[in-house]
Amino acid sequence: MSEFLLLLLSTALVNNVVLIKFLGLCPVMGVSKSMDSAFGMGLATTFVITLAAGASWMLDNWLLQPLGLGYLRILTFILVIAAVVQFTEMFIKKSSPGLYQSLGIYLPLITTNCAVLGVALLNVEQKFSLFKSLLYGFGSALGFTLVLLIFAGLRERVALARVPTAFAGAPIAFVTISLLALAFMGFSGLNV
Amino acid sequence: MIAAILSLTILGAALGIILGVANKFLQVEGNPLVDELIAMMPGSNCGQCGFPGCSGAAGAIADGSAAPTCCPPGGKALATAIAAKLGLTLDLSDMADDGPKIAVVAEELCIGCCRCSKVCPTDAILGAAKQIHNVFREACTGCSSCVEKCPTEALSMKPVPVTLQHWVMPKPALA
Amino acid sequence: MGFMKLFKHVLADDWGVHPDDHKRPAADQPVRVMPVPAKLYLPLQQHLGGAARPSVLVGQKVRKGELIAEAQGMVSAPIHAPTSGTIVAVTEITAPHPSGLTLPAIILEADGADEWISLQACTDPFALPAAEIGQRVAAAGVVGLGGAAFPSAVKLIGASRAKVTTLVMNGGECEPYLSCDDRLMRDAAEGIVDGIRIMLHATGALVALVGIEDNKPEAIAAMQAAAALYPTVQIRPVPARYPMGSEKQLIQVLTGIEVPADGRPADIGVIVHNVGTALAVRAAVREGKPLISRLVTVNGHCAANPGNIEVRIGTLAEEVIAFAGGLKGDGIGLARRVMGGPMMGMQIPHWRVPVVKGTSGILAFDTAEVAEQEPNPCIRCSSCVKACPMGLLPLEMSARIRNEALTDAIELGLKDCIACGCCAYVCPSKIPLVQYFVHAKGELAAQDRAKLRTDATKKLAQQRQERLEREAREKAEANAKRKAEREAAAAAKAAAAPQEVTS
Repeated sequence: MSEFLLLLLSTALVNNVVLIKFLGLCPVMGVSKSMDSAFGMGLATTFVITLAAGASWMLDNWLLQPLGLGYLRILTFILVIAAVVQFTEMFIKKSSPGLYQSLGIYLPLITTNCAVLGVALLNVEQKFSLFKSLLYGFGSALGFTLVLLIFAGLRERVALARVPTAFAGAPIAFVTISLLALAFMGFSGLNV
Repeated sequence: MIAAILSLTILGAALGIILGVANKFLQVEGNPLVDELIAMMPGSNCGQCGFPGCSGAAGAIADGSAAPTCCPPGGKALATAIAAKLGLTLDLSDMADDGPKIAVVAEELCIGCCRCSKVCPTDAILGAAKQIHNVFREACTGCSSCVEKCPTEALSMKPVPVTLQHWVMPKPALA
Repeated sequence: MGFMKLFKHVLADDWGVHPDDHKRPAADQPVRVMPVPAKLYLPLQQHLGGAARPSVLVGQKVRKGELIAEAQGMVSAPIHAPTSGTIVAVTEITAPHPSGLTLPAIILEADGADEWISLQACTDPFALPAAEIGQRVAAAGVVGLGGAAFPSAVKLIGASRAKVTTLVMNGGECEPYLSCDDRLMRDAAEGIVDGIRIMLHATGALVALVGIEDNKPEAIAAMQAAAALYPTVQIRPVPARYPMGSEKQLIQVLTGIEVPADGRPADIGVIVHNVGTALAVRAAVREGKPLISRLVTVNGHCAANPGNIEVRIGTLAEEVIAFAGGLKGDGIGLARRVMGGPMMGMQIPHWRVPVVKGTSGILAFDTAEVAEQEPNPCIRCSSCVKACPMGLLPLEMSARIRNEALTDAIELGLKDCIACGCCAYVCPSKIPLVQYFVHAKGELAAQDRAKLRTDATKKLAQQRQERLEREAREKAEANAKRKAEREAAAAAKAAAAPQEVTS
């Protein structure tokens, strides 16, 4: 049990998908202007990553490896991810038009969010079991959502501050997120 | 080779069918957002935004081709309400609020032709044929559609004078 | 020790600020009565609510105390002639307001006779029914003399309906520089206590708590002596601290009950009146005298001879200052003209602004007192948070207002802000915090008005649509009817014609 908990914690914090592995930076910069849309994006991405991690594990272990089609891995994974994202998009459009509007182009772009493909590929590389892959996917997604929320909160504060003109907008956001990355590096010293 | 082709084809087909079924169940009729926006708009179809009527503007705002600030009669209140609905961040500072304007009839020029009162979207112009017309200040939205119709240029847009009741303390200059 | 001290500091309700009060020597000078000036300028809107409607004609002769403008609407107050004379004009004059905009006013030329109309006196107000007192107060045009100028009768009548149990009398006078209430309590304590008893009778309240700041020992002594016989009128010294005279703060200090955020004092069974109002209520009820004069403090470093002056409503500030002894060095070094208190009063553009019912002071400040300074960036010292008597976060609110995020500012409690100015006063960076809040509140009010307007427009557009449809339908119906008639006529003709042939 503690092994699973450890896996969850270490994927969320120590090996944070955004700030340590630098995967999925595009939505982190793009959808972090307000806490509300950041939370929606986090939920959507969590859903996609977890589902895609499980689905790709199944495809890899039950289809590709028995048939010796390892070279089709990326292609199939992208196919699965695209389908899951499409489904998520339809679901959000139906259930929450406001969130759909505020996520805008970043919602279909989850397809190309490298965190999603990255997690699926890392699962294969580390030869996890199905349950562990799901946990790994969920943990990574949790880390992604956490960073997105923290960063959105910071950006909301930065928006109120009077930033020198040269730094206004994206530059101050980059400075902020790099400081956040430094902070997350501190977790690597965690002896758990 | 054949296994690869077959497996990808089957996979693609299966996912396609799943999405097709899901699409059927999650079908959205029209854009509910546009309907909500139309309900928020003034509904006078005055055309100041440059769209044919309020529903046109609502559609344009919903798909992002128009800013929420495009409705002058709605003013800042409407703009903030729409922005909250759509989750947009809004820069109200570029919404030039040079005060509302209303139509005013120059009585010495009016010939009582009734052309203006026919186009007024809010029936704000009072007057019968061959009688001097006048504008209900409270009902005029300042859309200026009457100004173009007037054959004698008796109608003009005048800023509403600021009164003690309407005065707003200016925002302090940036420190 | 250190820890306990810190703990105490956290728990103490040390809201508000302690500015130098500058009340003396003006407060210790005896009241001077200013003679009636040649012309009086009486704005139609001297109170909160609807403006009064003039009921006199230009050229009409009026006597002192005669009604010249009647109340209009639920919340309004009439205006009476402060002296006898002739109405010379109804025109626009500069309002006692920071905008410098004008407002309509009646101009009265005094004839010097100062002759009263016949007054309806009443020897025993306690025999009158409460509603009758309310009517008398309303007819006399009495408004809150503390500064907000809310029509007193509306409050009195509302209180008797709302089952108010406690009448809080505001003798705090927490604004620095002002001493008119102090002077009134020293000189007319008997009358004030009598007025308070009349108000108790009118509202049905059981007890009156008179809050007086402890920097006015003479006023407290005078009031205690006057109220000694009446157990229902209790004099309660309160610590001197700004804004002690704000109704929510005074209620909390005197009764221990906090007024809810979106509620009014009446919701917790309390109403607040100013001590000056009590005197005006007494005059209105006992003698039938309308509110035509008031005590005004002339103060500030530029005033040559500060003091309290009894002034007719409508006198120009210019003339009041001249009577009080003018300005030092003929106004050299004058940096700011203020009507009301220095914290919440109105900065006025020039002295040709009339004294209205709510004017408590005319202040002439020099550069040292104003001490204008360029604002610096916020250093997050949180002095404003500590000073805010409403427990709000001024620095956070102002940052949001600066970014036009009014909704966020409302979430932080913008609507509870009483605009007392404590935050701006304590700010070491001199950020004009309270100006942000006043601006934002005005902006919100404007948005509310725009919202109402949009709704009205929508209704009008719908009605027009309905009208057009109805007209089209009626036209079509009329056409159809005419066509049917024509056809019927033609058919009848056709039916009649062959018969003639056959016959």
